[in-house]
Parts: sequence; structure tokens; C-alpha cells
Amino acid sequence: MSFLSKAAATSLLTLAAASPLKAEALDVRIGYLQWVPDQGPVLSNVIPEPEDAGLRGAELGINDNSTTGKFLGQTYSLQSDVADTEEAAIAAFEAMRRDGLELFVVNAPASTLKTLTEKAGDNTLIFNAGAKDDALRTGQCHVNLLHTMPSYSMLTDALGQWLNQRRWDEVFLITGPTEADKGWADAFRRSAKRFGLEIVEDKPWTFDADLRRTASKELPLFTQASDYDAVVVADVRGDFGEYVPFNTWLPRPVVGTQGMSPVTWHRVVESWGAAQLQNRFRELGGRDMNNEDYAAWTAIRTIGTAVTDLNSASPIDIRNFLFSDKFQLAAFKGRKLTFRDWNGQLRQPIPLVHPRGLVARAPFEGFLHPNSQMDTLGFDRPESECRING
Amino acid sequence: MKTLFKRTALAAMIGLSTPALASVAYVSNEKDNTLSVIDTETQKVIETIDVGQRPRGILLSKDYTKLYICASDDDTVQVLDLATRKIVDTLPSGEDPEQFALHPNNKHLYIANEDDAIVTVVDVDSKEVLAQIDVGIEPEGMAVSPNGKWAVNTSETTSMLHWINTETFEIEKNIVVGQRPRHVEFSRDSKIAWASAEIGGTVHIIDVDNLEQIHEMSFKVPGVNQDRVQPVGIELTSDGKYAFVALGPSNHVAVVDAKTYEVLDYLLVGARVWQLDLDKDETHLYTTNGVSGDVSVINLEDMKVIKSIKVGRYPWGVVIDPTS
Repeated sequence: MSFLSKAAATSLLTLAAASPLKAEALDVRIGYLQWVPDQGPVLSNVIPEPEDAGLRGAELGINDNSTTGKFLGQTYSLQSDVADTEEAAIAAFEAMRRDGLELFVVNAPASTLKTLTEKAGDNTLIFNAGAKDDALRTGQCHVNLLHTMPSYSMLTDALGQWLNQRRWDEVFLITGPTEADKGWADAFRRSAKRFGLEIVEDKPWTFDADLRRTASKELPLFTQASDYDAVVVADVRGDFGEYVPFNTWLPRPVVGTQGMSPVTWHRVVESWGAAQLQNRFRELGGRDMNNEDYAAWTAIRTIGTAVTDLNSASPIDIRNFLFSDKFQLAAFKGRKLTFRDWNGQLRQPIPLVHPRGLVARAPFEGFLHPNSQMDTLGFDRPESECRING
Repeated sequence: MKTLFKRTALAAMIGLSTPALASVAYVSNEKDNTLSVIDTETQKVIETIDVGQRPRGILLSKDYTKLYICASDDDTVQVLDLATRKIVDTLPSGEDPEQFALHPNNKHLYIANEDDAIVTVVDVDSKEVLAQIDVGIEPEGMAVSPNGKWAVNTSETTSMLHWINTETFEIEKNIVVGQRPRHVEFSRDSKIAWASAEIGGTVHIIDVDNLEQIHEMSFKVPGVNQDRVQPVGIELTSDGKYAFVALGPSNHVAVVDAKTYEVLDYLLVGARVWQLDLDKDETHLYTTNGVSGDVSVINLEDMKVIKSIKVGRYPWGVVIDPTS
């Protein structure tokens, strides 16, 4: 069906189907803020990251909510702002607040997120769909801040479990120079301890040569060690990591931020109906759905699921509902997703992927937990100081 | 393939000296683009038929002469002639048809177009599209009540049952159920509808006269994480005694007392069990197991799983031709 005919069909059919169950219309307005600092120059810049990562996911979430909403007399609208600076992001947030918005999805660094959360009043609910920092889940929590983006430790625990169940327990860790790289590597070191992995070498990446010419010469020397089962790379922005696979001293697989990676979402995820979400996204965005898109989509669908049940868009009502037994989100990961009541993190399975295929999906059988197997990923209640629900 | 089958059939006829062919089950293999044909007496695959891309929902015409196949990635419904086992026709279906249901008039086919949030109604004789009805996100399950009054569609992401009047093709009622509703099955008298919610982990029992939920079932499979208990396909015996619910990645089928809604037993089948169908005399139930790529056969007399039959990759739907 062509786009035009479909649009026509939709508008026509909306009339036919508009027999809302509830007479009063409810308009749900959601703000989307994006501020992604420039990552600086990288060596492997062949495949650039899309600039609308996150925004498109939010838009799709609004479309999905609206389709449900039209049967219930609920409409959804998105006010979005992609800022060039932190100041601009904060200004946009304040403008939206003045305009009466109370529900926000934010794709920004942890520091910006903290500023926004402090500026927001009580009657606000913010979904973090960008920052993976563990500190936001272990100590610097806020009652009105929820996270749909998994933390670094959720990702590295997924990888740790996988390495453990493969019995590849001696690893060579390479860490890049950025704060994010260090955050990822710290999370991995914790995972290694949890899942009985031994880091036989823990080396920072210091080379500054252009690896497109010299990868084959430099990396074998860099990864020299007596033995290891796998090389783990912590290179979040994708500077040198793409050049590690096939260039290691020993013939070993590369995992981490490159090679086989634990991710929030990836185009190769297709089970549990995910193929339909991927198709819907591709039609809207003209590209594949990525981590940020999924986190933003999940946040908006979370709001939609609550509004469907409550017929209210009050942040307090929504928040109460999200932490009640009644909330569960179907989000194409094969499990019902819920929020951790101590730190507001969305529990979710983590796919482990290589660029063209799904390798596995954490949590794995055998890693047990008294409440939810998904809580074997990331900081569990006793490990976190946060108690956002008292 | 065809000649081979004929010869086999001929040999069978001579051997058993009976004119009737054995009863057959058709299984759609989502990732092989084929149908497996199972002889229900020998419980073996006797033929594999190439069909369109990503075959999912399959159903028989009311006169049992044709099999309709949702070829999802070809955006079409294929028509298989059962006598020759050849694809003889295609029907317009809208985009990405997943499940469908045929009205008792044997003419109106209700197709859920998963990617488009639409239900398409096609006249199978004239191939005319009679209506396109706007429904929720990812319409999946489709059922038409045996009395022909209602067509019900489940929309997975919207989590609703949409009740479509089959005379006006308009939605008359939307019922919110558990997350990711997958399948609807009517009782023979059209009074009760059973709807499964995969992520909700529930089966919702709807009183059709009042269009209201009268009961909600949940399942607890011993030794299986609750997250993995995901109801999908439902099959009811015609005597109203039993309901069978396929519980997805829990790898079990629930046997339910259809009057009290009590779970009587959980039967271990293959991995990620999806759809089910009863054979002609309702002595055996066949289940498609997506991940293990096989079909389990349950004997209803003692409620035991007696056989698993290897089919293609990711078997999705199963129907048994009662006349064959």
C-alpha cells in the first residue's frame, strides 16, 4: 500500500472507528528533550550514528499510543527539542514546564539529567532514555526519575553471564580514555567479580595512531599475553574498538562495546513480535531502530499503558500505577517489563548481538534470583542505596 | 513430489485395502516457506509443499476443498487446492497478513494486517476487498463466531479485543485485556469467547451476549519461571468439556476444564508451543512448537504426549482436514 493511500485510509477509518468508550477526551502531552554532546573525532567513523536517535523512537511511541487512544478517547502529542548545548536543553525544558508539560522523556548525559530533575517540581515524571551511568541507579536517584535505558552494569552483567556460561572466564580488558569508557569498564570489572571471570590483563588504550593503516601491526602486539579466552573492549563511542576483532595476538573472540555486544536494542532482534516493531520503525524513521530509539519508545509506551488503564495523565497517578502490581509492559523482549521499586530502573532482558545476528539473550538459565531473574542484571536492591519508594 | 505421494497413497491403498486416504494435518513453517503435510495415522511427514514467504495463519474452507495460507512477507493470502495440493490462487490481503478467520458463509475472510493496524475483509469468490477496518497496533488474532454474528480481532500492542459487527463491518465494542492478546476461540454455541494474552500471562473469558469479561485465568507451571508462561493458541473440544491453552516458551500445554475454568494438568511439549488443532474424532491434539521445529501429538484419552514429529523451521499454525 502506498503511503498516500494508507494515510487516506487511516483518516477515513478513524471516523468509522471513533466510538470511544469514555465520553471525555483526554489529551496527553509529553515532552522529549535530546542533548547529546559531540563525541569528538573517532578513528572508525565509517558508519555514523543517526542524529535523531531517540527522537524517532519517541515519535513512534506517540503513534502507537494514539492508535490505542483513539478507541478510548485519548490523544497523545509530543513536544520535542533537540538541543545543541546543555544550556539550550535546560532552557527548552523550562519552556515546556511553563507550557504545562509534566511528563518528559530525556536523552541527555547524567549531569544534564540531574540538573533537569532538580529544576522539576514534584508534579513531574522524567524518563531517562539516554544516560547509562550506574551512579544514577545506585546513589543519585530521584523519586520522579525513572530509567528505561539499561545501565552499564545491566549490559556488562549480561556479557558476564554469557562469558560464564560459555566457560570463557579469562579475559583481556582494553579500556578507552573517555569517562563513558571508564564507566563501562568499571561496570565490567564488577560483573567479572560477580560471575567468576578473571581479568588476566587490564590495559588502557593509549595509542593515537590511525588504525586504518596500522591495526594489523599494532593490535597484535597490544594484545600479547600468555593466554585468554576472549578480549573485552570498552570503547563506548567507537573510536578504536572496531579494529580489535581479527587483530588480536591470539585467535580469540572480541566482545564488549564492539564485536559481540550487549545492547538495549538492535535491528537483529526479531522474536516475540519484534519484527513488527522493527518494520513500523523503519517505515517511520527510514533507518533501523537503535538503543536510544528503543529506550524512548519504551518510555512513551509506559506512559501510554498507564493512561490506558487510568484514563488520567497525572504524573502522580501514573507513577503510582507504574510501581503497582497492575503495571506490566509488553515491549518485544519476550518478558513483561516492570520497574525496580528501589531505583526506578526498567527491568529488561539484554540481547547480545553481532552486527548481523543475535547471539543470545540474557538473563540466562541457571542464574537464579528470588524475585525476578531479570534482577540478576544490574544493581539489585541490596547493592543500591536508592529507595525512591521508601 | 506429487507423483511420489500418489504412489505412496496407492501403495497404502493396496496395502490396507481401504479406499480412504489417511487423515492429514497441515503445518505452516514460518522460516522455511513451506507447509508440512502429516499423515495422522502414521504420524509422519508425507509431503512438504513450497508456499509463499513467511507462512503463518492457515485455515480450511468450510467445504474442506481449500486451504488458505497467510504468506505474510508476500503480503498475500494463497489458496491451496487440497485435492492436488497445489497453490491455485491468491487473494488480496492487505499488508503483512498474520492470522485470519473465515465467516460461516464460506465467503468473507477476515484478515489481520499486522503492520498496518487494519483488518481487511475479502470476498474469497469475487476477490473484492469489502472493507478495511481500523483497529489497534499489531492486529493478530482473528476469530468469527460460529453463528456468524461477530468477528473479533486482538491487537497486540493496544491490548484490546475489537468486536466487529459482520453485517456493518464496524467496531461495536473494544475490550481491554492483558498485554499482547494473541488468539480468540469461540465455544460452538457462540456464547463464550476465550482470549489469550501472551505477556499478561492470562486467558480472558468473555460472555458474548453482554460483551463482558466473566473470568480471567492465569497459569502456574511447576518449575517454570512465571515470565515464560505465555498463553497463545487455544483449542476447545466440541462437547464443551476441555480447553487446551498453548503456553509458549514455558513449553507446556494447559488442560483446562471448560466449564469451571480450572487447570487440570500441564503437559510438556516442544519448545515455544504456539498453535493447536484437534483431529477429526477429537482423540488427538496437535501442537506446533516454534523453537524446537516439531509438532507434538497429545492423546486425549489419557492426556499424554505420545509423539513429536519433526517438521520445518519455526512451525506456526496447524490444521487437520477432517474429511481427508
